[in-house]
Order: sequence, then structure tokens, then C-alpha cells
Amino acid sequence: MTQHPPVRTYLLVAAVLAVITAVEVSLFYVTVMARFLAPLLIVLSAAKFSLVVMFFMHLRSDHRAFTGLFVGPLAIAIAIILALMALFGAFVVARP
Amino acid sequence: MTTPHEAVIGSTGLDHRKMGVWAFLGSECMFFGSLIATYLVYKGRSPSGPTPHEILNIPLTSISTFVLLMSSLLMVLALAAVQRGDALGARLWLFGTPFFGMIFLGFQVYEFATFVREGLTLQVNLFGASFFVLTGFHGAHVSVGVVWLLTLWTLALRNRLTRADALIVEIAGLYWHFVDIVWIVIFTLVYLIQ
Amino acid sequence: MTRGVWGWITTVDHKRIGILYGVTAFVFLLVGGFEAALIRLQLARPDGAVVSAGTYNELFTMHGTTMVFLAVMPLNAAFFNYIVPLMLGARDVAFPRLNALSYWIFLFGSLFLNASFFVNAAPNAGWFGYANLTAKQFSPGANIDFWVISLQLLGVSSLIAGFNFIVTILNMRAPGMTFMRMPVFVWMTLVTQFLIVLAFPVITVGLILLLFDRFFGTNFYNPGAGGNPLLWQHLFWLFGHPEVYILILPAMGIVSEVLPTFARKPLFGYPVVVYSGMLIGLFGFGVWSHHMFTVGLGAVVDSAFAVGTMLIGIPTGVKIFNWIATLWGGRIRLTTALWFALGFIAMFLMGGLSGIMHAAPPVDMQQQDSYFVVAHLHYVLVGGSLFGIFAGLYYWWPKMTGRMLSERAGRWNFWLMFVGFNVTFFPMHFLGLLGMPRRIYTYAGGLGWDLWNLVSTVGVFILALGILVFIGNAVASLRSAAPAPADPWDGRTLEWAVSSPPPEYNFRNIPTVHHRDELWALKAGRAPVEAAPPPPREIHLPPPSFYPIVVAAGVVLAATGALTHLALVVAGALVVVFGAYRWAFEYRSSLGGGLRPPSDASPRGLRGQSPRSSGPR
Ligand code: HEM
Ligand SMILES: [Cu+2]
Repeated sequence: MTQHPPVRTYLLVAAVLAVITAVEVSLFYVTVMARFLAPLLIVLSAAKFSLVVMFFMHLRSDHRAFTGLFVGPLAIAIAIILALMALFGAFVVARP
Repeated sequence: MTTPHEAVIGSTGLDHRKMGVWAFLGSECMFFGSLIATYLVYKGRSPSGPTPHEILNIPLTSISTFVLLMSSLLMVLALAAVQRGDALGARLWLFGTPFFGMIFLGFQVYEFATFVREGLTLQVNLFGASFFVLTGFHGAHVSVGVVWLLTLWTLALRNRLTRADALIVEIAGLYWHFVDIVWIVIFTLVYLIQ
Repeated sequence: MTRGVWGWITTVDHKRIGILYGVTAFVFLLVGGFEAALIRLQLARPDGAVVSAGTYNELFTMHGTTMVFLAVMPLNAAFFNYIVPLMLGARDVAFPRLNALSYWIFLFGSLFLNASFFVNAAPNAGWFGYANLTAKQFSPGANIDFWVISLQLLGVSSLIAGFNFIVTILNMRAPGMTFMRMPVFVWMTLVTQFLIVLAFPVITVGLILLLFDRFFGTNFYNPGAGGNPLLWQHLFWLFGHPEVYILILPAMGIVSEVLPTFARKPLFGYPVVVYSGMLIGLFGFGVWSHHMFTVGLGAVVDSAFAVGTMLIGIPTGVKIFNWIATLWGGRIRLTTALWFALGFIAMFLMGGLSGIMHAAPPVDMQQQDSYFVVAHLHYVLVGGSLFGIFAGLYYWWPKMTGRMLSERAGRWNFWLMFVGFNVTFFPMHFLGLLGMPRRIYTYAGGLGWDLWNLVSTVGVFILALGILVFIGNAVASLRSAAPAPADPWDGRTLEWAVSSPPPEYNFRNIPTVHHRDELWALKAGRAPVEAAPPPPREIHLPPPSFYPIVVAAGVVLAATGALTHLALVVAGALVVVFGAYRWAFEYRSSLGGGLRPPSDASPRGLRGQSPRSSGPR
């Protein structure tokens, strides 16, 4: 059995997750940020994603094999999403 | 869940079932990845409304997102309780987690019903189709998780879940957290980035 | 061992499941072959009238789908099941009951697909079912529904097996079997399983979208409502290209076992073979649009995918050099297994070369959708995968059945298949270059296609004769051949260390591995012969279970409901839930509230066996 973080860590991570979510939602309403909204939100949700995976799913302290089994496919999935978006012209910026 | 032979620690020193679940979650990345790609590829391509902008309810979904996020906290608390041999904690958190999951599902049912009333259906446009299929399959995953966790909860109630069974709780937890992180992604890509 | 039919229904023994896979898949190989023969008869002469245009569409669709999903994949699965645990020095796979579940879902899914013939609604949109052909508007019958649903079932079966074998291989290696000591067949199996668990979810999603279009009126693939049929093509080939490696990598693994054994020389450049296998698997996810050059994706996209496709030829070519170098200077024994392996190298090389040709978009613009592509894919699939499988059959048959096959008949088998195959498919290169499109049910005379079409049809009968010789050989072997010794070929890997067929528990004592070619090292005295530990008093094997088939039955019941009545879907789901719960608690409930069974209470312990077959020690 691997060493799992103590309950205190769990609570702390949950608090951070809650704060990030609050920030995300408020960013949504701040219109001045509109230009940077998408990248900012993606960074923030990636942070949440990693926190859950590292602490709640224990990948930070667990065996490397598990990380490999998960992160490899995740990388392929992200690459495929980006490739499909590119192929369908999602990144083509329409000129005014 | 526990069988005399499937509960084997293998040549890597790891448990078969846990390794199997991680492999499964890797595969699920491709599943949700394809669904998300479909949604994104069709984003803004619907010839007619309703559009995400008109219909998505951010305050409401923020609450349900928060509930699901906190269910992940309850899940790790449940695991910690089982690992400690804390029967009371196990019962409490093993109920709390799926209960929060059910609240999330309740929100989703309400959301779907409202959308349909407001004219967003599977058939009306690409946004409706890709939105309902993506979030619907996520909801189906949550439902499976709820049933799974409630099963573990009944085991805990009957004192049939001891420290030795921490692994089966951990595995259910891995699945549950995965469903949660998928929602983290969906919430950002579908709801917040319109 | 539980005997009789019930024993087979409840079996969780990887060897029996392997045999079930093999027999079922072989039957479907014959079914698919019969469909192919009808196609060729229709095309033998201009203006053929053997079948109607509609039937012709059903035939080529069912032929392709059957050969890929019901014949070649499960034939490979037969070897995964039977051989991989033995090669690993394990007693079974990681999840024996899931293994049974994979098989039963595969069987029911296959029957479901073929049931479409009996209601006159066989799928008819090609094995890649391009969107719009599959739209409700253009295909209102149940044909496509059968196809969508059975592919989903087969996907589930493959996925479950994929997780099972990934864990088995990573986690059930005998002590001392490091990754770099694993037999190449095990390696290629591992890569294949990763491809399965990563590629199948993509087609699952593609099929879900199609299912929603057909059942619930969404417009994912309907351009009239903003949808894009190209999305289907992308999702399909994102799966489809890894799928072709799912079909070929196991054969590469088999050949990498057969060649060293019969050249009496270790595999040349083992690490290179392993790494190139991994590279092929990884690159396999980045080249899918080479199936879509004629779509008009633009010069940049086409170039990128062309370069990727040509790159993937490098690790493939590297392997071919490794195999040839393995033979070089070896003391070669020309058995039938080796003949098939040699045939594999030659034919796969030709298929790879034609593949490299249409990796260039301008060339592909000429060849796409012509018989040239048909020739290419059959050189890799029949000359490659199927010849590899036959090499495996001749190699492992003694192990699996305990009987030898006739080498004389084997030679006839090989040469008939080899000649028949080339007579059938080589002329298709010409036909394609002469402009004959694929998937036409007939053609007018005088276009210069008559001769080669006739030749090709003649070839099919030679090929079929070869298969018949195999069947005769197999039947004769099971009836009356001499019993096979444990190690008839002077083998290198652990499966040859146990009797033929192996005892139910495979190894009395789990062996310890010191070498890549462990058995050779032992036989040559190069591995430490340790004093055998006292044989275990009993060996725990997974007990038989009824629930895999119950769950599979529930799944197929629900699938049937999707085509008939909602009530059946609900009933099927209930059966699945019931089966899954009984499955999960199968051991717990029998122990009356206890937790883990005490380690000496195996439901099926084998007490006091005499050491009939000793392990490698
Ligand atoms: C050197 C390696 C290979 C290269 C460069 C290659 C390249 C290609 C290309 C470019 C096509 C598209 C042709 C077209 O539709 O115009 C194609 C089709 C195909 N290839 Fe390959 N290939 C290779 C190996 C394989 C292998 C190993 C298999 C299977 C065992 C395979 C099976 C197929 C199939 C089934 C098709 C036809 C799909 C269809 O249109 O129905 N190929 N190949
Ligand atoms: Cu390809």
C-alpha cells in the first residue's frame, strides 16, 4: 500500500480547488478580460485537473506505472483534439 | 470485487485491479477526448440557434460543478476512513459522495429539462446534439459511479468493508475522481469559453 | 476440470478460451472466405449475374467486416490467450472471468452481425461505412443498425480483453522476466493491446454519433444541417489506421518467434525489433489522413500526413531487415511454420511497398478507390497477417492440441495458399492501374480488365484448396496423429517447458527466468539449474464461473432490443446488472460475510498432483 497524504492535505487541496473555481466563474463575468479569457481559463482548469490527479488520485506519490498508463493516453487524446480542431479550421482567425 | 485470485500483487508489486483501472481510465481519456473534439469541432457551426450564449446557465452550473468537486473531497475522506478502519467515517463519507453525485445529476436533469423547454434539443442544431451527447455521457458515467459507491456504502453498513478492503474503495475513488476531472474540462470548454 | 459443454460454458481457463476464440474465428474465416468467393465469381466475367447489385454491396461489406473483426483479430486473440500466459510463466491471465466475458461478447456480437442475413438486412455501406451512405435518409432499413450495434459489441469485447492483457503482461511476468527478456510475441501483444484500448474508444464515439443520427434524428453527419460527413471519416480512420497495426503486429510477433527457432539463432537485434514495434504503434496514431488524400484537405495537410506515413515505413523496414538477418547464417530447418513465416516476410514486404507508393498524395490520387488499394490491403492482411497466423498455427498446434500436424500436408497447404494468394491478388495491381474501381458489382467487357479478373477468380479456388488441405491436416492430426512431445521444435520460450497440451495449472512451480531465450539457455546449461523447490501442495486456480456468459447474454439482449423493442433493452440491462452483481459477490457471498477466503480454501485446489510435467527447472 502506498503512503496516502493525510486528511489535512485533502482539505487543503479541496480549498484550493474551490478557490480556483470561484476565480474561474468570476473571470467569466469580467468583460475586460475577454481577450485572455480562454487561455486563462484553460490554465486554471488544467491546474484543477492536475491537483485532483496528483493528490486525490495519488499519482504524485503512487507508482510510476500508473502515471504512465494515464498520462500517455491523455497526451494522445489532447493531441488528437488539437489536430481535429486544426483540421476543421477552428484555429483560423476570421479577419474582420 | 474481491476474489481469491484476482487480488494478486503482480510482478511490478502492484495490484492487478488497480492497474486495470488505470488502463481503463487511459482509454476513457480517448473516449471523452473524441466527444470533446466533436463538440469543439462543431462549435459555432450550427446554422441556427439556440446558441450556447443564449442558453447556458452559468450560475446554476457553477453550483453543480462545485458540488461535484466537493464530492471528490468526500471520496478521499471515505478512503482515508476505510484505511484507518474508521467504520463510522466510512459509512458517512461513502454515503456523502454518491449523495453529492446525485445532487449533481439532479441539477443536470433540471438543466436538460429547461433547455428542452427553451428549444434546445438533440435535433434542433449541432450545438444541441453535441452538447447533450457529451454531457449526457458524462452524466451516465456519474450515474454508474453513484451505483458503485452506494454498493460500497451498503457493504460498509453491514460491516463488510474493512481495512483490508481499502483497495476496492480506492479503485472506485479513482473512477469517481476521473469523472470529476472530465467535468472540470467540460465546465471550462463548454460553459465558460463560449 | 469441469467436463462437457457446461465445462466450456463456465470455463475461465485461458487455454480453453484460446481454443474457443480460435475455433470460432476459423469458422468466420470460412464464412468471410465464402463471401469473397461469391464476389470473385460475380467479377470473373464482364456483366456477371451471379448476385444482384444490392447483394454485392452486402457481400463486400460483410466480407471486410467479418475478416477484420471476426476472423483476423480473434485468431490473434486465440494466440494471445493460449500462448501469452505460458510465455510469461503465469498460471492464467490477470482477470480470468473478464477473459471469458470478452469471448462471449465477441461470439454473441459476431452472431448478431450475421443474423442480419436472416432478416435480409445485411450491412451494405462498406467496412468503413462512410457517412451519408449510412444516413437514415439513404439507408432506411436495419442494415446499418446491425453494423453499428455489432461493432459496438465487438469493441467492448476487444476493450475488455485489452485491459486484461495489459495487466497480465505488465504484472504477471515470472520472476526474472524483465521487459527486455520478454518474448517478442508478448511484446507485440502488449503494443497491440495498447492500440486497442486507445483506438477503439474513438470509433465507439464515431458509432455513437452515427447511432444518434439514425435513432434520434441528430445531424452530426448531415451536411444539410451543418454537420460534416468528414467527421466520420476522421474518427473512423483515427481508429482505422491503428487497427491495421492491431491486425499486423501480432503476426510480426509470431514471425519473430518462429524465425529464431527454426534458424537456431537468437532473434537478430531484439531491442530494435521491440522498439520499432513500439514506434509503429505510436506513429500509428498520427497518419490516419493518408486514407483521405482525395478528400481535398489541402496541400499542407496532405504533405504532413504523407511525411508521417513514409516515416512509419522506416521502423517497418527495420524489422524486415532484422528478420532476414536472423535467418542469415542460421542452421535452417524448413518446417511449414518457417515456410509461412518466409511467405509472410515476402508478401508483407510487397504490401508495404505498395503502401509506400500511395503514401505520396499524387500517386494516391490515381490509386485511391481502385483495385490497386485492394491489392495493397490484401498483401498486408492476407500475405501479412493471415500468413503470420498460419505460421503460428503450425508452430503452436502441437502445444495446443498435443498432436503433430503432417509436415507433408503442411507443405501442400503452404504452396497452394502462396500460389493461390498471388494469383488472386497480384493481378489486382494491374486492374487498379488500368482504372478498375473497387466496389463495382459488374463491368463492361473490352475495357482491358477481362483477363486479369478471370485470373484472379481462378486464384481464389487455389487459395481455397490450400485452406481445405489445412482442414484435412487438422482433422487427421486430431484423429490419429502421433502425440506431440513437450518440445517438438527445440523451442526457446517457456511454453515449450511444459507438456503438450499443458496441464491445467501450466507450471507446477513458477519458473525463474535468466535469459531471453530461457529454454535454450537451460538446455545448453547456460542458465543456473537451481534445486527445484518442493512442489506446492496445492495450486490455486480460478474456479469456473457462470456469470461471464450471463452478462454477455444481457448485453446482446439489450442490443437486440435496440432493433426491436425498448422492453428488451431494459430486460437486457437488468440481466447485465444482475450478472455483474452476482459476479462481484461470487466469492464474498459464498464465504458468509467473511472477507478474503483463507488461502487454503480454494474452490478448486489441485492436491497432490504427481509432477507429470516439470517446469523449466
Ligand atoms: C509500410 C506500411 C504501410 C503503408 C505506408 C500503408 C499505406 C496505406 C495508404 C496510404 C492507404 C490508403 C490508400 C487509399 O485508400 O488510397 C492504405 C490503405 C490500407 N491499408 Fe495500408 N499501409 C501500410 C501497411 C498496412 C498494414 C500493415 C495493413 C494491415 C495489416 C494495412 C491495411 C490497409 C487497409 C485495410 C487499407 C485500405 C483501407 C480501405 O480503404 O478499405 N496497411 N495503406
Ligand atoms: Cu492507414
